[in-house]
Amino acid sequence: MSRIEILKEKCTGCRKCISVCPVSAIHKEGKKVSIASNCTFCGLCVQVCPDQAIRMEKKEKEIDLSAWRGVWVLAEQKDGQVSPVTYELLGAGRNLADDLREKLTLVLVGEKLDRNLNSLENYYIDRIYLIESPLLKQYNTSFYTQILVDLVRKEYPEIILIAATALGRDLAPRIATRLQTGLTADCTGLRIDDGHSRNLIQVRPAFGGNIMATIICPHHRPQIATVRPKVMTKLPPGGGNQAEIIRINPSLSLADRLIEITGLIKEDAGGVDLQEAEIIVSGGRGLGKAENFSLIRQLADLLGGAVGASRAVVDAGWIPSYHQVGQTGKTVQPRLYIACGISGAVQHQVGMRASEVIVAINKDPEAPIFNVATYGIVEDLHHFLPVLIERLGGERK
Amino acid sequence: MDVIVCIKQVPDTEEIHKVRIDSEKHTLIRKGIKSIINPFDENALEEALRIKEKMGGTVTVLSMGPPQAEDALKKALAMGADQAILLSDLAFAGSDTLATSYTLSAAIKKIKRFDLILLGKQAIDGDTAQVGPGLAEWLHLSQITYARKIEIHDGRVRVERGLEDSFEVVETILPVLITVTKEINEPRYPSLRGLLRAKKEEVLVWTSQDLPLKASKIGLDGSATQVIDIFTPEVPSRGKIISGDIYQKVDKLIEKFKKEKLI
Ligand SMILES: Cc1cc2nc3c(=O)[nH]c(=O)nc-3n(C[C@H](O)[C@H](O)[C@H](O)COP(=O)(O)OP(=O)(O)OC[C@H]3O[C@@H](n4cnc5c(N)ncnc54)[C@H](O)[C@@H]3O)c2cc1C
Ligand SMILES: Nc1ncnc2c1ncn2[C@@H]1O[C@H](COP(=O)(O)O)[C@@H](O)[C@H]1O
Repeated sequence: MSRIEILKEKCTGCRKCISVCPVSAIHKEGKKVSIASNCTFCGLCVQVCPDQAIRMEKKEKEIDLSAWRGVWVLAEQKDGQVSPVTYELLGAGRNLADDLREKLTLVLVGEKLDRNLNSLENYYIDRIYLIESPLLKQYNTSFYTQILVDLVRKEYPEIILIAATALGRDLAPRIATRLQTGLTADCTGLRIDDGHSRNLIQVRPAFGGNIMATIICPHHRPQIATVRPKVMTKLPPGGGNQAEIIRINPSLSLADRLIEITGLIKEDAGGVDLQEAEIIVSGGRGLGKAENFSLIRQLADLLGGAVGASRAVVDAGWIPSYHQVGQTGKTVQPRLYIACGISGAVQHQVGMRASEVIVAINKDPEAPIFNVATYGIVEDLHHFLPVLIERLGGERK
Repeated sequence: MDVIVCIKQVPDTEEIHKVRIDSEKHTLIRKGIKSIINPFDENALEEALRIKEKMGGTVTVLSMGPPQAEDALKKALAMGADQAILLSDLAFAGSDTLATSYTLSAAIKKIKRFDLILLGKQAIDGDTAQVGPGLAEWLHLSQITYARKIEIHDGRVRVERGLEDSFEVVETILPVLITVTKEINEPRYPSLRGLLRAKKEEVLVWTSQDLPLKASKIGLDGSATQVIDIFTPEVPSRGKIISGDIYQKVDKLIEKFKKEKLI
């Protein structure tokens, strides 16, 4: 069994370990230190202890993982149409599969999906599983879990990529737990270990984007990762692979569907889909009050863009939550992102800093948003935006 | 209705930006940062208390964490929970979401009596949102994630759950595990009476010995993933300030838009 302990007879209470512990798991207890259960076995304390007073044993597992081969992408679809994020996952998946010299497989689950095959058949994919049933028209956790787990147990993929969407984040932990394997959420970077391990190196933000963590799943397969939309790059049209198509008719029983969807509530989504928009105009607390969002809307309309928001204004109830950009909102990557009256807290930045051109309008020259802005404008937005709107309107005529 | 709420103690949201790593020493600096109940878990607890007030029953709060996590559980008692249980043992060290959800499931099997399990949609330190569905799987329960509204009538549950651009209305039967978003309610503050009661009330502490557990499934050995590095993200510094009076700035900006073919 893996264990870590303080050898009380050697500990001098020097506190070096306390200061390096990344998760504050070590505390002073009398003249010695003690370790609490939130320790992550990172081993830093062992390295810094001048008295060899910390003993750490990690049980090493020897497991043959060679039967697990190939990269899978789970397609996300809505009303029978494969979503854009699937193409991003395929971009990431293709790179991983090439590095491993393995096949890239797309798993399509739903109803009446044939119309997608035109654009996917000759793309960069080597194999497509097409799993169709009228019972799969809408996503439901139990059927999707059952189908994917059955397929994994038959085919042994080494990597599965799933979109970090409402669907993916509902499904992936369920599958990973049933398969008793690892899952890394919301990855922003994926690559294959250079060594012999074939491990997937997964990079993801934690603590609201303040730090990044690198995570591996060394002794279990498949390695499953969810990936944020708008983080990975799509491949250009083409590819020219002739994908092998394998149709599967799952045996599902209505009795197993415990959760029943009985309705859908659509609230004013503001027209344009934030994550697909080429231009986004976002407003923050600097707007002063809810009514002033009309300035943001006007500018967005003029530019043919969508409206975004910081969490502060969503929390204040000025605008519905699906406009929120950032760590707990959406990641966006438009060609142009205009941040108006947004301070640029790191939690906001992680959702928008990959945008091609960023314009920041803020009256505080010290606002952190200016660190990521391509063009910074230090002005009161109530003066600046009306002029900009007027001149842009003039340009249009 | 007997409800179990899983809560996690995390560094304070308002101060979370102070969590930095010392690039040389490669460690997280958390000095001076308060610990709080994960905000979404407070919403889960509030919802449980409201259900109890309406329908009767009990609310049990459950947390796995270091001994200091007792503070979070004390606060939950002060808010009105009937019973608080802390799973604390060095044997749980190194747990990823697989091992955490397994350990919580063992405690819930020991508690035995429940109709509903509530969790936050995600913990703000790890941001994984994996413990809820993982726990549901270990317990063979159905799950509903991202709930902003829960209604219970005659053993049936109706929930509005958040999708990317809309809300889905779903129905199911009890028992079920639900994770909630902050839109669901406004958590209460502990009352004076609550605070006094919490002071007297004991938090039950269970170690690995107290639970029906397989040693190979807990802590580091039961974890499939390992964190091998932490670092500060590199932020591309662009930072070009446009100068001039307000009209010149507008003109310069429009010029840039044209050059970049944005308009
Ligand atoms: C776990 C966690 C997750 C989070 N997730 C997100 C997230 O997903 N998205 C998000 O946005 N935030 C998120 N936050 C919150 C984030 O930390 C900030 O609090 C938030 O982004 C601030 O919003 P803001 O910039 O609108 O408001 P403020 O920080 O209050 O900034 C307002 C800005 O407007 C400027 N201003 C004021 N008046 C004017 C004027 N007249 N003209 C021009 N400028 C003006 C001010 O100088 C200031 O810079 C999260 C926080 C935590 C802890
Ligand atoms: N150590 C823990 N103890 C109790 N509940 C937890 C713990 N970790 C996570 N949870 C619950 O699981 C939810 C999701 O957490 P996470 O998967 O870590 O994002 C949280 O909102 C809590 O309700």
